[in-house]
Amino acid sequence: MVDIVVALLAISIVKSTPLVLGALSGTVSERSGIVNIAIEGMMLAAAFAGFAVAIQSGSLLIGLLAAMLSGALLALLHAVLTVRFAVDQIISGTAINVLAVGLTGFFNRQLFATGAPPGAMVLPRLHVPVLGDVPVLGPILFQHQPLTILAVVLVVVLHYALFRTRWGLRTRAVGEHPLAADTVGIDVGRLRTANVVLGGVLAGLGGAYFTLESVPHFEPLMTNGRGFIALAAMIFGKWTPLGAWGAALLFGLTEALPVTLQIQGLAVPYQLVGMLPYVLTIVVVAGLVGRAHAPAAVGVPYVKGQRS
Amino acid sequence: MERSPLGQTLLVQALAVLTGLVAGAVLIWLTGGDPILAYGGLWEGSLGRAASVSETLVWATPYILAGLAVGLAFRGGLFNIGAEGQLSVGALVSAWVGFAVQGVPWPLHLPLALGAGALAGAAWAGLAGWLKARTGAHEVITTIMLNYVALLGTGYLLSGLLKDPSPFVIVAQTPKVLESARIPALFADLRVHWGLVLALALAAGCWWLLFRSTIGFAIRTVGLNPSAARYAGISVSGTVVLTMALSGALAGLAGAVEVLGVNYYHTPGFSVGYGFDSIAVALLGKSHPLGVIPAALLFGALRAGATRMQFVSQIPIDVISIVQGIILLLVAADELVRRVYRIGGRRPAVSAERAAEGTVARSWGRAE
Repeated sequence: MVDIVVALLAISIVKSTPLVLGALSGTVSERSGIVNIAIEGMMLAAAFAGFAVAIQSGSLLIGLLAAMLSGALLALLHAVLTVRFAVDQIISGTAINVLAVGLTGFFNRQLFATGAPPGAMVLPRLHVPVLGDVPVLGPILFQHQPLTILAVVLVVVLHYALFRTRWGLRTRAVGEHPLAADTVGIDVGRLRTANVVLGGVLAGLGGAYFTLESVPHFEPLMTNGRGFIALAAMIFGKWTPLGAWGAALLFGLTEALPVTLQIQGLAVPYQLVGMLPYVLTIVVVAGLVGRAHAPAAVGVPYVKGQRS
Repeated sequence: MERSPLGQTLLVQALAVLTGLVAGAVLIWLTGGDPILAYGGLWEGSLGRAASVSETLVWATPYILAGLAVGLAFRGGLFNIGAEGQLSVGALVSAWVGFAVQGVPWPLHLPLALGAGALAGAAWAGLAGWLKARTGAHEVITTIMLNYVALLGTGYLLSGLLKDPSPFVIVAQTPKVLESARIPALFADLRVHWGLVLALALAAGCWWLLFRSTIGFAIRTVGLNPSAARYAGISVSGTVVLTMALSGALAGLAGAVEVLGVNYYHTPGFSVGYGFDSIAVALLGKSHPLGVIPAALLFGALRAGATRMQFVSQIPIDVISIVQGIILLLVAADELVRRVYRIGGRRPAVSAERAAEGTVARSWGRAE
């Protein structure tokens, strides 16, 4: 029984990886006042770019860099449109999602029309020294592939950074009251741009999970709504990295459950258990959003010299 | 609020479309394809012959309805990103009424099947509206999640309860709808059907509803300024639910029309892509019921021509999604287009009016 629970939790951690990274991406962006619903598209683009570059270069590490870069580039586009041109943040995000679907589909057919080339690999599983040997906790948390472990580390780092550093204070100030932040000399547009791009890098890492860690191939639309579930995790976690992590784990659990049931030999129609994370997201967003506190200025373009 | 003249808006929209097409051509050229051959195929498959024009109109029909759905919600300050789910639920229910209800003459059966599809879409979207009104759950997240639930749910029903029992049908799809529930074709030998006329009539109906009726006034007021609407005695939560339900009904009809007028059965995955396409159509049409029509025709032509383009030039069909994404970006960032093509003289990057306009993103994560 303990074995099954440990296995279930370990799979939950793995399944939560793109959600954790996506939720962190959303958090750094929204804390500075920019809504980013293009995390889904950024992840999809990164999943493809990471895979394609890893194949061409023969190096998973270069693939990983490409994934981060592609996420950052789409994020930069989002930042320029929303910060410089005050385009509605949700519409810009939607357009980037459409663009990502088109670009990945197009190049996937151009480059891999005959199917994925053989020999593609995924990142090796790590065994963190000392911590990995702790009973129960070791196998759950510290015997995973690198992105899964990195995601957990980033949660702690970003939580500290957001609430204990200068950057964090400025980010929160810009997200809550940009006019006040501007008055004390913070460049609102620049900070927002930087945070959105950082969010893009994080989403890129989340995308890399799909093709460099989970499976060694790319499929069109393979992110399957994870970018949006990540946003729900961010809201559930009240825009804090630690909270988002907890929420992402819960979503990961709903994904791990069918897998574990299947291993145990229980047959449930996959469409019905497959609904679980989506239904849970609705319940969570409906049940908590009213009480959760979004950054006050999120979604509102800031124009210098104009009262809001 | 300063408004740019209609002519200028049309010019900006046209330039956005043109730029999107040119960008697509450049991409085709850069990846070693022949843009002239590809776009020749696109033209041939969309407008080149009578049959192609008919295909464009067949594609445009659900686009008009789904575009109206998204546009109506936009006017009410709601972002219905779930047209895809509402469409598939509407398609499933209308298919079910179409094959399961028997012995009813067509003047009754067809409206029944269409109405059931609309109702199903209305319920699906209304749920998101109700959640928003009740708890403040943002419709962007709930409608997307409902898309996945609809996709999995219809997939489950199509491979089980509602699957065609005929031993010759091995794929997951419903039985064919009865003759009495089918939408008749407009012309012999062409696939374009009376659903197009219905869609055009509903576009006119939406225009009337939005700009000439009390309900429309409430919808638009809530969309522009919920607090002002509340102050004026309009029930904001009631209007939110109604707007979403109406929007869902239109999206459900889009699915119903496709099933009853073109395919005659429903199959999983048929609705994939309509959701984002309909958003693009609504934005391109500036969320105006009459603007949605040309936008839907354009997207219908792109989709109809894409298959032919892939056939003659081996350029992947996905290039159309890229073109659509670019058009969408440029339409949203019309300021960018104005600057690049120097329309309307010099202006600041962002005019104050523009920033003050009610943004969709503003109500993010908060209860009204």
